Amino acid sequence: MSRAASIRPKTLTAARFHYCPGCGHGVAHRLVAEVIDELGLREKTVGVASVGCSVLIYNYLDLDMQESPHGRAPAVATGIKRVLPDRIVFTYQGDGDLASIGLSEIVHAAARGENITVIFINNANYGMTGGQMAPTTLPGQKTTTSPAGRDVTRAGYPLRMAELLAGLDGPVYIARAALYNPAQVVRAKKCIRKAFLCQERGMGFSLVEILSSCPNNWGMEPTAALRWVETQMTARYPLGVFKDATVPTVRGDTAGSREDSSPEPGK
Amino acid sequence: MRVMMKGNEALAEAALRAGCRYYFGYPITPQTELMEYMARRLPEIGGTFLQAESEVAAVNMVYGAAGAGARVMTSSSGPGISLKQEGISFLASAELPCVIVNVMRGGPGLGTIQPSQGDYFQATRGGGHGDYRVPVLAPSSVQETADLVFESFDLAEQYRTPVLLLTDGVLGQMMEPLRLPEVRTPRTSRAPWITDGCKGRQRRIVKTLYLDPRALEAHNLHLQAKYAQLAREEVRSEVYGIDGGMDVLIVAFGICARAARTAVDNLREKGLRAGLFRPVTLWPFPGAALEAAALAARHVLTVELNAGQMVEDVRLALSGREIAFHGRMGGIMITASEIEAEVQRISEGSEAA
Ligand SMILES: Cc1ncc(C[n+]2csc(CCOP(=O)(O)OP(=O)(O)O)c2C)c(N)n1
Ligand code: SF4
Repeated sequence: MSRAASIRPKTLTAARFHYCPGCGHGVAHRLVAEVIDELGLREKTVGVASVGCSVLIYNYLDLDMQESPHGRAPAVATGIKRVLPDRIVFTYQGDGDLASIGLSEIVHAAARGENITVIFINNANYGMTGGQMAPTTLPGQKTTTSPAGRDVTRAGYPLRMAELLAGLDGPVYIARAALYNPAQVVRAKKCIRKAFLCQERGMGFSLVEILSSCPNNWGMEPTAALRWVETQMTARYPLGVFKDATVPTVRGDTAGSREDSSPEPGK
Repeated sequence: MRVMMKGNEALAEAALRAGCRYYFGYPITPQTELMEYMARRLPEIGGTFLQAESEVAAVNMVYGAAGAGARVMTSSSGPGISLKQEGISFLASAELPCVIVNVMRGGPGLGTIQPSQGDYFQATRGGGHGDYRVPVLAPSSVQETADLVFESFDLAEQYRTPVLLLTDGVLGQMMEPLRLPEVRTPRTSRAPWITDGCKGRQRRIVKTLYLDPRALEAHNLHLQAKYAQLAREEVRSEVYGIDGGMDVLIVAFGICARAARTAVDNLREKGLRAGLFRPVTLWPFPGAALEAAALAARHVLTVELNAGQMVEDVRLALSGREIAFHGRMGGIMITASEIEAEVQRISEGSEAA
C-alpha cells in the first residue's frame, strides 16, 4: 500500500499481531489506531476489548483498555462512559460476541443512545473457538457446528446487525464497511473516523460493522477469503450507511440506500 | 440524629454517605426499595443511577465504572445474584473494588420473595468460576446494615475486591430507628490502576486473561495472598451471653441471630445457660473466635434459614465436635420459642444419656 500506510500509528504498539495471515483484525486495529491518532484522541480514550480472537487488542493499542466478559463490552463501556463522560470510549467486538451472547447488551446500549463507539467485526463465524456457526454465518455456509452448511430451517437466518440497530431511535450513526480491497479499507476508515467524531461531539451511539475475513476457519487462502467477503458476504450484508442522524434526513430516504453519505458529521 | 428507616433504604442512604455516586441495577423483590431510593437520590446529588437491561449488564456496568475509578454499587436478590456471578468472577480477577448487595430470598429457582439464608454457599465460596473469594458481611439490624456499608466500601478499596453485603428480605423490609453514619467525602480516586485515558503516563490495562499458565498461577497466588491477609485481619464476629460455662452455644447470623438472641434471654430466665455466637464476616469465617467461644459450651447448635449451610463452616471450625442443626426453608422465619425448644431438647437429651 502507500508509503503513509507503512508508518506505524502512534496508537499501535510495537507488538506483533498474533492473528492468522490474511485475518481482518490486524487491518481493523490499524484503522482504529490511525483514526485515534488523526483525531488526537489517544490520551483521552478508553477502549474495551471483548472475548474472541481480538481479546488481546490491548497488546496492540497503546491506550488505556479494559477487557470485558464475552458479549458484555457495551455494558462495560457504559459504566466507563457514565463515570468519564468527557473521555472517548469504544468497544471492539466480534460477531459471536456482539450478535450472539451480547445481543442484549448491544441492543440496549444502542437504544439508550449511549455515547460510545462500537467497532464490530463480522467474519461470519466464531474465530477464536475454532470456526463454529455464528448468528452471522451465511445460509449454506459450512462451519464446525454446521458441517453440512447452515440449514436455515433448523438454525434460522443470519442477523443483519447494522440494519437491526439502525431501526432503533438511540443510535446516531450506523454503517457497514468491508476490508476486501484497498478502496474498501479507505472507506472503512472513513466510517470509523465518522463514528469517533460522532462520539467526540457528544451526539450519541455510533457503530461500524466491518465485514472481515477469517481465512483460517473458512479453509481458504487469504486472497480467496477476500473474494468470498466481496461476493458472498456483501450479498447478504450490503455495505452502506444505515442510519445517520448527523445529516438531515430526506423524505423517502430508505435505510441502507445512502451508500455514500458524507463521512464527516454535519457536512 | 436517630431516624426510622427501612433496611433497604438505610443501606442506600448509607452508601450515598459513604461516597457511592454510581449505581447500576435491575429490579427484583425484596431489594427494590434500595434501587428506587438510588433512582430518587443519586440525580439530586450529582450521581448516576442507571437501570440496566439485566443483572448481567448491571454488574458489567459496575465493572466498567469501577475500572474508571468510581465508588460504585449494585444490588439484587437470589436469582439476580446468580446472573451477576459472571461479573463477580471478573471483578475479583481484575481486582476492581465495588459493593454488591444480596437481599436474600428463598430459592432455589424463582423460589419465593420471602426471606431466606439459602445463598450462604454461593456467597462464601466465591460464587462464580475460578479460585477466588469475596469478603461477605452479614448485618443483623438496620443500624448494622448502614454501618457495614461503610465497612464494605472500605474493604473493597483497601483490598481491591468486590465485597458482598448479605442481608435478607426481613432486614430489607423492616423499619428500625438508626443513627445514620456521617457523610464521607468520596475518595477522589487517582489510584494507579484506573483506566481514564493515558494522558501523560503509560497506558493501563484492566484484564483477567492470562494465557501463560505460569502468569495465571502467579496472579492466582497474588489473589490468594490477599485472601489470606483478609482472613488474618478482617474477621468480625459478636458474642452474647457468653460468660462462664454454657449448656448450649447457639451459632446464627443475620436476621436469624436476632431470634437466637431473644431465645438466649428467655432461656437464661428459665435457668438454662445459653449463649450466642454471631459471625459478622461469613467469609472470612471467624473460626478461631468461634472455637474460643465454644470451649465453654457443652453443646453447639447452629440455626439458619436454610437446610444447613453455615453449619459446615461451624463443623470445620470445631472439628470433631458434634454440632446440632436447626433450619427452616421456604421463607419461614425461625422464632425464638422454636430455638428455645431446640436448645431444651438438646440439653435434656444429654442429661438423659
Ligand atoms: C461466557 C463465555 N462463553 C463462551 C466463551 C468461549 N468463546 C471465546 S471466543 C468465542 C467466540 C468469539 O467469536 P467472535 O466474537 O465471532 O470473535 P472472533 O474470534 O471471530 O474474532 C467464544 C464462544 C467464553 N469465553 N465465555
Ligand atoms: S481464527 Fe479467524 S478471526 Fe481468528 S485470528 Fe485467525 S483468521 Fe483471524
